[in-house]
Amino acid sequence: MSDLNEHNSGWGPLSSLPGNPIMWVLIWSELLVFGAALSGFAVARMLDVQTFDASQAHLDRFFGALNTMVLLTSGLCAALAVRVRSDGNSSASRWWMVYAILIGSVFLYVKIIEYGDKLDAGFDIETNTFFTLYYLITGFHFFHVIMGLIILAIVAWKNSLENLETGAAFWHMVDLIWVLVYPVIYLVR
Amino acid sequence: MKYETQKLAYPYFLAAMGLFVAQVLGGLLAGTVYIFPNLLAEAVPFNVIRMIHTNALIVWLLFGFFGAAYYLVPEETETEIHSPLIAKLQFWLFLFGAAAAVLGYLFGIHEGREFLEQPLWIKVAIVVVALMFLFNISMTLLKGRKTAVSLILVMGLWGLALFFLFAFYNPSNLALDKMFWWYVVHLWVEGVWELIMAAILAFLLIKMTGIDREIVEKWLYVIVSMTLFTGLLGMGHHYFWIGTPGYWQWIGSIFSTLEVLPFFAIVVFAFMVVRKGGRDHPNQAAMLWTLGCAVLAFFGAGVWGFMHTLAPINYLTHGTQVTAAHGHLAFFGAYVMVNLAIITYAMPHLRGMQPYNQVLNMWSFWIMSSGMVFMTLTLTAAGILQTHLQRVMGISFMEVADEIGFFFILRGLSGVVVVIGVLLFVYATLSTDKAQVRVGGMKPQAAE
Repeated sequence: MSDLNEHNSGWGPLSSLPGNPIMWVLIWSELLVFGAALSGFAVARMLDVQTFDASQAHLDRFFGALNTMVLLTSGLCAALAVRVRSDGNSSASRWWMVYAILIGSVFLYVKIIEYGDKLDAGFDIETNTFFTLYYLITGFHFFHVIMGLIILAIVAWKNSLENLETGAAFWHMVDLIWVLVYPVIYLVR
Repeated sequence: MKYETQKLAYPYFLAAMGLFVAQVLGGLLAGTVYIFPNLLAEAVPFNVIRMIHTNALIVWLLFGFFGAAYYLVPEETETEIHSPLIAKLQFWLFLFGAAAAVLGYLFGIHEGREFLEQPLWIKVAIVVVALMFLFNISMTLLKGRKTAVSLILVMGLWGLALFFLFAFYNPSNLALDKMFWWYVVHLWVEGVWELIMAAILAFLLIKMTGIDREIVEKWLYVIVSMTLFTGLLGMGHHYFWIGTPGYWQWIGSIFSTLEVLPFFAIVVFAFMVVRKGGRDHPNQAAMLWTLGCAVLAFFGAGVWGFMHTLAPINYLTHGTQVTAAHGHLAFFGAYVMVNLAIITYAMPHLRGMQPYNQVLNMWSFWIMSSGMVFMTLTLTAAGILQTHLQRVMGISFMEVADEIGFFFILRGLSGVVVVIGVLLFVYATLSTDKAQVRVGGMKPQAAE
């Protein structure tokens, strides 16, 4: 890990990317999966606009917007953690990662309240295609937020620059996916 | 062959080839029953013939994997196998279990659950065999050099044993029964066996092209991560309309579509390595099987799998001959060919024969592969016609079976070609050419 360039050489196009090259394989795979799921959502909506619009009206756009802000802020903290680490400030970098984790955890809290509301109102994964996809896509994303927080905790602990870049890359992907999920599922009419 | 214990692979490869012959003969017989439906209906009913065909396949592939592990782990770890005695005991126990199972099937002794028909005591014996093997290989790995190839191979083999444990869980609810049933053979072929296959191919490519191990290992990591990412949830494409919740249609469709990627990566990897490293290794036949495996695995598992993996398409094709077409080319391309590749590579070393007796082996490659590809095409045509007549037009199953009978005749003929290819392979692997000399026999000798 000490010599970054040597460690990451020979990976072809992946060599020039920050962090561990295998993380980028994962990121591309994730983008493909969520891309396919959101495309599937768009097609399913086209086939049954009425049900989708009626179901979408039950979602809470405020919670969605709040969580967008939460993830972006957390992402900023993770980016700053990498920035200060590359300037050589290891302990400040740790603190930025801790902020990223704390703010990121708010996302889970908000989402759990949101899921609880939906389930109380009687909307579950079998209600209709809209809710099947709502639960699958946001649930799969939720799982990635949990994974991301664990990864951030690990790289805050073992905070070499390469590890921090790897963790931050994953975390930004989680951001990016939410920024696509939110408009497609919550906003588009 | 550098290490004395590599020769432990020899009986495993022999048993694998023996059961391979039994498997394709069973297949030929089953294919003939499709043409003459009442053939042997009383003596050996179709379900028993099919059982022998599928069980022999899986068991010989396992013999091949065990053999491959005993052959390549010493070279990779640069140390002898931990206990040759365990390896020999394991061989005889497994062979006895396999023979007892087949014999039992002929007398109607089986548990009926597809692919898991073995009586309970044989299942237990399989677990014992697996544990002996894993203990032996893991101990070898622990004391020796740890390479990506051997680690991934062993990881795949542990996964194989782990998922087999679901064979013991048989809930009375039919939907749950089916749900866990898929864990055994299908989390193998779409998950852990792919790791085994990638590791064996990587070993062969390192040996035959002399390419830098570091490059191969990087590819291996990419392939393995893609395999596990897509394959485990991609297995959800088996959960369409079998009583499982509807969301599996989305999970299965999306992830299994991406299962094409690791297979495509293997093709790119194999050809890139050969282009960079050169293909002037004297064992041309092993090179042919290695590259053929990458290509036909991509078509059989990847392309033919994708063909009917999306839920709206599978709604029509579920359980038709399209599935049979995919199953045949996927098993052949991925797991039969990788076994034949390592056997072709290792046998001349194990038997100490030089130079390689290749021409016949390469003929068997082309004959067997053409037969399998033609069989796949006839089954695909039968499947498409069947889907249209039965599922779209609503004609009854038996009437449709008559309509697609012509394709079963063609399939039967391609089966004959495959059997000829298999017999030729076995002959080519075990025979002694006049031009060959025995160099050192089963004794250790300098590495290639």
